[in-house]
Amino acid sequence: MSAGGAAEYRPYTLVAELTYRCPLRCVYCSNPLDYARRRDQVDTAGWLRVLREAEALGVVQVNLTGGEPLVRDDLEALVAEGERLELYTNLITSGIPVTRDRLARLRDLGLDSVQLSIQDVSAGPSDRIAGRRSFDRKLQVARWIKDLGLPLTLNTVLHRENLARVPEVIALAETLGADRLELANTQYLGWALLNRRALLPTREQLAQARAVAAEARRRLKGRMEVLFVTPDYYVEFPNACMDGWGRRFLLVSPDGLVLPCHVAHTLPGLAWDSVLDRPLGEIWRDSPAFNAFRGEAWMPEPCRSCDRRATDFGGCRCQAYHLTGDAAATDPACSLAPSHALIETARREALEGAPVAFEYRARRAGVRA
Amino acid sequence: MITPDARPRLAPKVRLRFDAKSERFMLLYPERGMELNPTAADIVQLCTGELTVAEIVAQLAGKYAPQPRATIEREVLAFLASLADRGLLRSEP
Repeated sequence: MSAGGAAEYRPYTLVAELTYRCPLRCVYCSNPLDYARRRDQVDTAGWLRVLREAEALGVVQVNLTGGEPLVRDDLEALVAEGERLELYTNLITSGIPVTRDRLARLRDLGLDSVQLSIQDVSAGPSDRIAGRRSFDRKLQVARWIKDLGLPLTLNTVLHRENLARVPEVIALAETLGADRLELANTQYLGWALLNRRALLPTREQLAQARAVAAEARRRLKGRMEVLFVTPDYYVEFPNACMDGWGRRFLLVSPDGLVLPCHVAHTLPGLAWDSVLDRPLGEIWRDSPAFNAFRGEAWMPEPCRSCDRRATDFGGCRCQAYHLTGDAAATDPACSLAPSHALIETARREALEGAPVAFEYRARRAGVRA
Repeated sequence: MITPDARPRLAPKVRLRFDAKSERFMLLYPERGMELNPTAADIVQLCTGELTVAEIVAQLAGKYAPQPRATIEREVLAFLASLADRGLLRSEP
């Protein structure tokens, strides 16, 4: 371990990416560009073992996600095992495909909460982002979730085309009786980086939406939690990505790789271990890739001598790599980063350039990452 | 607003779990967790929806004697209000 004791590195949350398959084609999908080449390689017994080993490591929450986790027919077995292990299980879903009966079954097996994505507040713009008719069905699923007494989180990814409708997103969440609303600005990696010029908002759009969200948070206090995640492209200092590399989060990808986040396998030069080959605890503690960006020894200036190095941990390694080509660079989102001009240029290009068409999530020829 | 005659219980989205690693109780809810100190854990375990705050205070007064009951009541109300603000507590009037 490069710094701190073992106690500093305890995974509280397991992000179980059960599959990259998904009926939607969202233009900001967080799955890797080469998702179509990565098959589901962990079978039911493998995931059950992952849950047990994760719990032994200290994990108390599991996000069952993907892709669309509902396309797997062994979700029931995983939820039941999560319940047996007293894990808090969140189903993170597009709501498609699911029936009311299946949701009821998952609830009875111990599912603790459901996070449903809603791309916008009406069918036209929502289906445009998802690349498929889905909005009306999602509303139906939201009502089922509430009818069944399951806690409902709505998640709406924000970008240039829907930021002005944040007041209506909040109103929709209230109408549906959501317990929590995540207003999550797009993170520009993967498909979203590809579509950055079409998605990046203006500073004014963001400021307005943030103010609306803050007002709603006060008004709805105790009834609905309202979360507003600021995008990296308009911050002075970077977000503490994943609460720090390999500190609190553990992710297992559909092909079995154990990762600190959903993008880390796109970084070059890191050998990622698979749950098919080694116990989870061993990978978390000992794998060179997990230890590569723990602690401070890897940090360049200005991070190394920065007062905020234990607050933001140098920002996002994946953003650093995908924008600068160097995973060990200071996150360009930081205003102190030598490469910060990349962010300023991206903002200018997106806001001043000619309109561009979306590239929808799909199998791409010859893509590596 | 939590009053002494309210009957608090955890919101449906919240689960209480003992964490063997820290030897503390934890509240778990979507995407978050809260480690409870022993006093907070004592309070939360009595939030079943059956006992009023006054009854919870009475039980704790026995355990935490000789602390004055008024002090305990003040602390219980403040802690429960902070949970309610986060949407983690419901109370039947």
